[in-house]
Amino acid sequence: MAKGMTLLKKGAEANLYLGEWYGMKAVYKVRVRKGYRIPQLDKRIREERTAREASMLHEVKLLGVPTPSVYSVDIRSKTIVLEFIEGIRMKEALEFRGPKALPLFEIGECVGRMHSNGIIHGDLTTSNIMLMEGGGIALMDFGLSFRSSDEEDMGTDLLILKRALGSLHHERARAVLEKIMKGYRSIIEFADDVVEKMLEVERRGRYFSER
Amino acid sequence: MTRERDRGAGEVLCLGIESTAHTFGASVASSRGEILSDIKEVYRPPMGSGIHPREAAQHHSKIAPKVVREALRAAGKSPEDVDAIAYSKGPGLGPVLRVGATIARAISARYSKPLIPIHHAIAHIEIGLLTTGLRNPLVVLVSGGHTTVAFFSKGKWRVFGETEDITLGNLLDAFGREAGIPHPAGPNIEGIASKGRKLIELPYIVKGNDVSYSGLLTAAVKKIPDSKLPDLCYSLQEVAFSMIVEVSERAVAQLEREELLLTGGVSANRRLREMFAKMMSERGGRSEAVDPKYSGDSGAQIAWTGALAFSSGVSERLGDSKVLPRWRLDEVEIPWRRG
Repeated sequence: MAKGMTLLKKGAEANLYLGEWYGMKAVYKVRVRKGYRIPQLDKRIREERTAREASMLHEVKLLGVPTPSVYSVDIRSKTIVLEFIEGIRMKEALEFRGPKALPLFEIGECVGRMHSNGIIHGDLTTSNIMLMEGGGIALMDFGLSFRSSDEEDMGTDLLILKRALGSLHHERARAVLEKIMKGYRSIIEFADDVVEKMLEVERRGRYFSER
Repeated sequence: MTRERDRGAGEVLCLGIESTAHTFGASVASSRGEILSDIKEVYRPPMGSGIHPREAAQHHSKIAPKVVREALRAAGKSPEDVDAIAYSKGPGLGPVLRVGATIARAISARYSKPLIPIHHAIAHIEIGLLTTGLRNPLVVLVSGGHTTVAFFSKGKWRVFGETEDITLGNLLDAFGREAGIPHPAGPNIEGIASKGRKLIELPYIVKGNDVSYSGLLTAAVKKIPDSKLPDLCYSLQEVAFSMIVEVSERAVAQLEREELLLTGGVSANRRLREMFAKMMSERGGRSEAVDPKYSGDSGAQIAWTGALAFSSGVSERLGDSKVLPRWRLDEVEIPWRRG
């Protein structure tokens, strides 16, 4: 399906190819076989994630959280055809533009909107948040997303974002997270409880010393 | 005296004492990376039960003097010959940690040798780096105490991902106890799994960069009565190992590393090593595992890390030598490593 197209990115679990879909610029996301997993388990995981990602991308968009449009899904080849989004990842934006130029409040709002509708992203890193060229953001990569209204799962989602900030750019992490949380609080009334859960999950990580 | 003259300029000898869990170990290592001795005794809990901290501590205090004497003797050294005494300050079980700290303090005071506090997990990493020769790999530490994906940055080991609940070692031990598999569960499960063929459906739980093994444990234990044990052990290994390899691959991709070090007790598992090797080779990189001699807890890991730490000026006063049962990897400054 993706033969002859330009490889955009070789990710940890999928390859992204640049192609066309009925004349529109499109990204083909192909979940590749992992040789380390036995075929039966590998197939199960790749199919589950392909199906889940396609349906979540669509559902989240209806909640007002910008995501790339899903043009087509093919479970057999573990491929999703997505709208091509012009822009850069938050990871690079933080590095090259600095946090001031980023719509951090809006990012918090988007995460809040998902959570208030019982959707957990599952892999909320700075690589999966896009800054669109014309302004605004888009959330990507819903392969690990799942449905839950449990505050602990929401807290874990935020913890992943916190970790992504902490492990990749230690200095600015705190300030960035605070601004994101302002947006999050504007949507989620029980944000304090979620933050409390986040800290609890973080502490539960083995050998976290009480400070 | 001849031995003393053989020593190169600036070379130091360190006596290391390991006492965090089941193993009490002692070793002498040089700052050139020679492990001159490595002696250990392992506390075995009664069949079907986990480690009891106080009983393990009693076991360790009984055999400690003998193990330390033996380590010095096997290295051909006297306490006067060594330059520093390193001990595992944490993390681990409090009562057990205190046994190691107490004997280290006593030797340090008696022979006026500096006392070097060592973080047990960092020692697993250092002995892995020593035996593989890797320089700046992504580190995957899998043991009874840790399931951690770490990388070195700005003077510290940073945690990229880890278990949200129990460790991979805990998972195998607890499953082994429930299934009546004798201790040590890990190697026995590996043996039984090699006869398994059928994949039994078990939950595969990856949350971003973290794994969660508690749900997998519950599900696997529930299936014990209705499954063939080889199939269940096989499925447990395949699912649990695939999860940690998956988050490690995510780390390798995001941090753009070409080398991976697998270390800690569970790294002795051949299937796990094979999976990591496969994952890294598919990405054009390589995975190496710590020498199996040193995958489990050992005095050697503490002695060698102690030699590194002492050479770069790390030591502590006797009054500060309190054990830290919950000491986190990413709190420790590493002055001997750049990057």
